[in-house]
Amino acid sequence: MQLLKDKLNIDFMGKRKLALMLSGVLIVVSIVAMAARGLNLGIDFTGGTLVEVGYSDSVQLEPVRRALLANGLDDAIVQHFGTSRDVLIRLPVEETDRDKSSLSNKVIHALEPTGSPEVRRVEFVGPQVGGELRDKGGLAMLYALIGILVYVALRFEWRFSLGSVAALVHDVVLVVGFFALTQTEFDLTVLAALLAVIGYSLNDTIVVFDRIRENFRRIRKATSEKVINTSINQTFSRTLMTSITTLLVLIALYLFGGEVIHAFSIALIVGVLVGTYSSIYVASTSLLALDVSKENLMPVESAGRSDDGSQV
Amino acid sequence: MATAPLNQYPLWKHFSILAVIVIIGLYSLPNLYPSMPAIQVSHESGELDAATPPVLRRALQEKGIQAQGEDQGDNRLLLRFSDTEQQLQAFEAGKQALDGRHVVALNLATSMPGWLRSIGASPMNLGLDLRGGVHFLLEVDMKAAGAKAINNYAAAVRVDLREAKLRRFSVTQTGDEVKIRFRDAASRAAGHEVLDEEYGNELDFAEVDGNDGFLLVATINEETMRETQSLAIQQNIQTLRNRVNELGVAEPVIQQQGAARIVVQLPGVQDTAQAKEILGATATVEFRMVNEQSDPFEAAETGRIPTGSILYYERDSKSPILLKRDVMLTGDSIINANSGFDENGLPAVIITLDGKGAARFSKVTAENIKKLMAVVFIDNKTVIINQDGEQRRRTVKSEEVVSVARIQEQLGKRFQIEGLDSTHEALKLALLLRAGALAAPVEIVEERTVGPSLGQQNIDLGKKSIIIGFILVMVFMALYYRLFGVAADLALAVNLILIIGIMSLIPGATLTLPGIAGIVLTVGMAVDANVLIFERIREELRNGNSPQASIHAGYSKALSTIADANVTTLIAAIVLFVFGTGPIKGFAVTLSIGIVCSMFTAIMGTRALVNLYYGSQKSPSLAV
Repeated sequence: MQLLKDKLNIDFMGKRKLALMLSGVLIVVSIVAMAARGLNLGIDFTGGTLVEVGYSDSVQLEPVRRALLANGLDDAIVQHFGTSRDVLIRLPVEETDRDKSSLSNKVIHALEPTGSPEVRRVEFVGPQVGGELRDKGGLAMLYALIGILVYVALRFEWRFSLGSVAALVHDVVLVVGFFALTQTEFDLTVLAALLAVIGYSLNDTIVVFDRIRENFRRIRKATSEKVINTSINQTFSRTLMTSITTLLVLIALYLFGGEVIHAFSIALIVGVLVGTYSSIYVASTSLLALDVSKENLMPVESAGRSDDGSQV
Repeated sequence: MATAPLNQYPLWKHFSILAVIVIIGLYSLPNLYPSMPAIQVSHESGELDAATPPVLRRALQEKGIQAQGEDQGDNRLLLRFSDTEQQLQAFEAGKQALDGRHVVALNLATSMPGWLRSIGASPMNLGLDLRGGVHFLLEVDMKAAGAKAINNYAAAVRVDLREAKLRRFSVTQTGDEVKIRFRDAASRAAGHEVLDEEYGNELDFAEVDGNDGFLLVATINEETMRETQSLAIQQNIQTLRNRVNELGVAEPVIQQQGAARIVVQLPGVQDTAQAKEILGATATVEFRMVNEQSDPFEAAETGRIPTGSILYYERDSKSPILLKRDVMLTGDSIINANSGFDENGLPAVIITLDGKGAARFSKVTAENIKKLMAVVFIDNKTVIINQDGEQRRRTVKSEEVVSVARIQEQLGKRFQIEGLDSTHEALKLALLLRAGALAAPVEIVEERTVGPSLGQQNIDLGKKSIIIGFILVMVFMALYYRLFGVAADLALAVNLILIIGIMSLIPGATLTLPGIAGIVLTVGMAVDANVLIFERIREELRNGNSPQASIHAGYSKALSTIADANVTTLIAAIVLFVFGTGPIKGFAVTLSIGIVCSMFTAIMGTRALVNLYYGSQKSPSLAV
């Protein structure tokens, strides 16, 4: 079976202006969404209390809200979680409350008259810990990008390194923008997904770059644009295949993995789509914009690369 | 053709690949066996003595409880039972039969056969989000620890200056310093000398001439402060450990994290309100005189307790003891308690009291020389009771006598408790005294609790998504790459087994829900290497190369691409591991293991299969 015909020759680079505009619009939308609506940060980052309870039968939210209100928990956000039997209650951090961690006990106590639900999950994150997790998350992202920048610069060349990081930043901005736009909750698992997206998108980019490097050395007379285009065409069926298999498992994860990893799988699904696109259009277009040429790659070769023996 | 065939592995290579798969596969087997209810017995000292198992066995036999099997190792004894009913009965029987220094806990044990046990195999550790339990992050209030310390010093300084017959001075404590005001420079010099001798190692002194007199300002020096803080953490950890042992939790984690935080993880505990109560409570100690006139055993038996006395039990021996109702001294007055040695080189605990406590203690002990004095440790304890077939934990206040000693002379600010059996005993008593004295307050700054039903649900959903994702990818690959796709599918299956095997082999690795997500993601991404190779082979064939040459070139040309692509993903995974917390770390672990395994299975594994099938054919038509 084959999805694409043998001698694929799509003019990817010819449409790069269009792609640039598309990316530009998406990035602007993302940034505006982030600025205007902000991220719906989970309690991992904001601090607060979360209680998930399970009833034996379907339950209306109104009596649950009333029960909480009766106990003075008036700023609780109550919603169903997954099924109509499961209820999620969120409470913000109260600065005045001295013993913040006991809030969940109050919630559980307040819910007793509503049918003594089973406590499925309690999460409490103090405001200080939330702030630390936020800082750590940002740092993790930064270090991952720096690590990749260095590795790609060593293995390829600085233009490739800039190109791949441009693609990664593009992906991260779009995924985060998606979360701001849809107001899907952004928690620690989403942050992990974002780092996985970085890994995935980079994986894709590297495969294309590897071919570009190989072709620059192999094809003697051709413009940079042509070489890049050929390389993308040659790797295109692989790019599609891997995206499909990865999306298949992610959709399985989204549908069957349970409510807790919904946001995680959404982040990855969006990330894989964006990452596939960016490895072609952002990463490779950046190479062209940075004027990469055959000469840039020659000194690397003459430096005696031993690990490239496979490149006939 | 004189050259060796392109696509044939030597026999040893086939065998090495097979050996890796079989060995790691063997270690993944324990995960197939269901877990059984069990009780776990260990000893506070960390070493389980050889006499314990027979005692326990006899106790169970008397109650007619039949254990399904037992395991001994790592200084713990694990007894398996067929149902939770038997488990709870055995738990109660064990608690009764063994003394207070044994820790009896409810646990789950694998039902895998003995031969797997004998090769050291064990199932994967499951994170709290899969097995249920609570995770707390506690922060020790270091400010309070420092304030308490300076407060104690202020009181002690007052007494010392008075004892040195210095008159007309005043001691005030502001913030983290003690200000001592003298009338003139001479008395300040004298005072400085006295205090320097006593506290020179712990306090820094500065003479300040203010408009309000001749000041001597004392602050706790850096080293002492550090020591105070590290002691505060250690004490809290010790107190927590004592309480957790009482909770009957198997495999609890109590660890220091950073400078001022403690992580507590209690698998299987569901009642968080209770757990919080237990962890947050403060312990105290009290010194009381022993009523030596009445017989405690008689009092315990008849229930007739003499007036002015209270019946207590000793912590270790559980024997009754009668103590006077009046409290001589409470833990508040204890500044410090250290284990050490007396003048005969025997283990002892050296206790330092604050000024007020010392004055009172010295008066009472003077009246009671040659009489017995007891130390009572008061803490919240938890008992597990079986109510309507459900186990419930209840907190009760426990007051136990931890030490009884004869007063030899009038005791003052510094005294020691002698006659202890071992240095271990001394160490423990000192810890208990400190725990009951100046444990700095702790605050819960993070809590994550997962109920057992959600944990099981997470496992079920995780399994389901792995299986469905796995089947989807397998079908797709087989359709798309035909025979080569089937080779990739086999490699994928082996990859899954290897991930599980390696997760089971690494002692510290824990499977979490994000970890399962990592495995799912790996299933999708692991075939990437094969896709790269197969696409290359197709390309080579299109370029008119022979089938054998195409296979060879496909594998070798794709190699550096695969390596580059995977190393960069590994970088992201490692960063995630370093910066991630708890469950997120689990994602990084499975993702990394998956990436590394996939390199092995997708490159070496599929190559071996392809070589076996096509390698000896002269000009095969490739099903790719």
